[in-house]
Amino acid sequence: MSKRPTIIYWAGFAIILALLIIAPLVLPEFWRRFVTEILIWGLLAMSSDILIGYTGMVSFGHSAFFGLGMYGAAAALLMVRPPNLWLALAYGLVGSAAVAAFVAYFSTRMRDIYFAITTLIFSQIFYVIIFTWTEVTGGENGLSFRRPPLAIPGLYSAPFTSETLHWFVLAMVTASYLILRRITRSPFGMVLQSIRENEARTRAIGYPVERYKIVAVMLSGLFAGLAGVLYAIQNRFAAPDFVYFLVSGETVIFNVIGGIGTLIGPIAGAAFFLLLREGFSRFFTEYYLIPVGIIFIAMVIFMPQGLLGFARRWLNR
Amino acid sequence: MLDVLHNIPWDVIVIQTINGIVTGMILALIASGLTLIFGIMDVVNFAHGELFMFGAYMGVVVMAATGSFWLALVLATLIVALIGAGLQITTLRPLLGRDPLTTILATFGISLVMQNYALWQFGPVARKIPEPFTGQFTLFYLQYPWYRVLIAVLSGAIIGGFWLFLKYGTYGIWIRATTQDRVMAQAMGIPVPWVHTAVFAIGAGMAAASGVLFGPLVGVNHAMGLDWVLKAFIVVVVGGMGSLGGSIAASIFISLLEAYAAIWVSPAQAVIVSFVVLILTLLFRPTGLFVPTPK
Repeated sequence: MSKRPTIIYWAGFAIILALLIIAPLVLPEFWRRFVTEILIWGLLAMSSDILIGYTGMVSFGHSAFFGLGMYGAAAALLMVRPPNLWLALAYGLVGSAAVAAFVAYFSTRMRDIYFAITTLIFSQIFYVIIFTWTEVTGGENGLSFRRPPLAIPGLYSAPFTSETLHWFVLAMVTASYLILRRITRSPFGMVLQSIRENEARTRAIGYPVERYKIVAVMLSGLFAGLAGVLYAIQNRFAAPDFVYFLVSGETVIFNVIGGIGTLIGPIAGAAFFLLLREGFSRFFTEYYLIPVGIIFIAMVIFMPQGLLGFARRWLNR
Repeated sequence: MLDVLHNIPWDVIVIQTINGIVTGMILALIASGLTLIFGIMDVVNFAHGELFMFGAYMGVVVMAATGSFWLALVLATLIVALIGAGLQITTLRPLLGRDPLTTILATFGISLVMQNYALWQFGPVARKIPEPFTGQFTLFYLQYPWYRVLIAVLSGAIIGGFWLFLKYGTYGIWIRATTQDRVMAQAMGIPVPWVHTAVFAIGAGMAAASGVLFGPLVGVNHAMGLDWVLKAFIVVVVGGMGSLGGSIAASIFISLLEAYAAIWVSPAQAVIVSFVVLILTLLFRPTGLFVPTPK
């Protein structure tokens, strides 16, 4: 890669990061929360991009990973006194990783549409378990808990304000982005992309395709779980609604709207989707999904590259 | 050991067998449309549950206007078949030849729109379709409604009629030809794009018919399609993607298992049984339980 695009890329990255750091200082409370939420959903969408964009497997089961992250965090915050932020993170990540390992083992045997359906059904299994196991998960009502303080053990401890929460989420999402970007450019990421391009040939070259796929699903699930933990901390509750497959569907929508295989695209997609929802819910109240759905269908048909791909082509012209 | 056998409540098992077959037939009606659409067009129709739900609502509307259940059944089927044809022409036809995954996305979008449209039009309160007749017969300690038996018979009749159409009707033969080889069928002069539209319309109509038939058993609401489409997906995978007979067998098999499981656990948890069946199928026979082993 030549030098110049790299410089432009990092300059753009720094500008966006700086804007996001300043955002909570200048925005009113509602929009401050909104931007934080975009980052969290963006992280979820980005995690799913590893599968959709890089490995060519559309997962309709990301709500399971996201939800288990939420419930894992809830378990840590409810069971351990005093509530500890890092323990919540650890529990959430372990929870989602365990689920991801289970789902990956079975679902990677399937390809294309079958993979999508299998992951969808797996997420529903977890939904039914969480929904019906009232004693442990709170059933339909979910669990609510207090937000842990932002603490570095032995050094610093203060309750979250909406600014520090935003910065904490931003730090997590940025770190995840950089890690995922590194992974997609590593030899491992290259193998994933070659599976997307031609699975049979990748296998013929001698790569254990199944193992790569399992690791990809687990990796993706881990980051989705991180998004779940962050969402739980932001909203102070865990509810079965977030394990329901509509959340997985929205994750796929973020990806398609933003542009798959770009990592940044899904975040842009999440931002676009949430803005659309915000805008339309002023006119259509709770029926905002009617216009949003129509826009989504139109984008699937006419703009398969997503916003980012469309912008790139338009810039190149 | 004998003690366990004595404790099995045989009357409950007979009742649950009948219940299982009734739900199985409804599921078969939904799933056969889904299978057909997948087998012919490689389209995984996420909106199938919403077509089912729309059928039930159309049933409510026609029923309220005319008072005749049978007219409601026929009209709802026709209306939703037309809606299905419209959807296929506007959203799925442009996607022909693209990755089948894009069709999942497009139909998912359709399902969101339809669900929220129904919520908007009909509100969140469940509607009721009255049963066309209320006769009952005694089954052990229960008064079992004849209507449920009728549902199973009617579903079977619709599926049977459809099978005869596929087997002997000219257009049915076109459909089967398109399933086997799209390009060759086109070369033989079969209007393949219209076959696709017709198949989608037929699948939508079958979903709508099952919606109207099922309406009297539960309240009709905007989210009723979700459960069924998930179940239909399980059935379609377990039965073997694209295999009509397999889907029907799998529908009854899974519904029976769930009905038996519901003797011991709550119906909400009984769903897990079908998930387990799915996992086992994926592990040991990923091509489907009820299809011949591929050579």
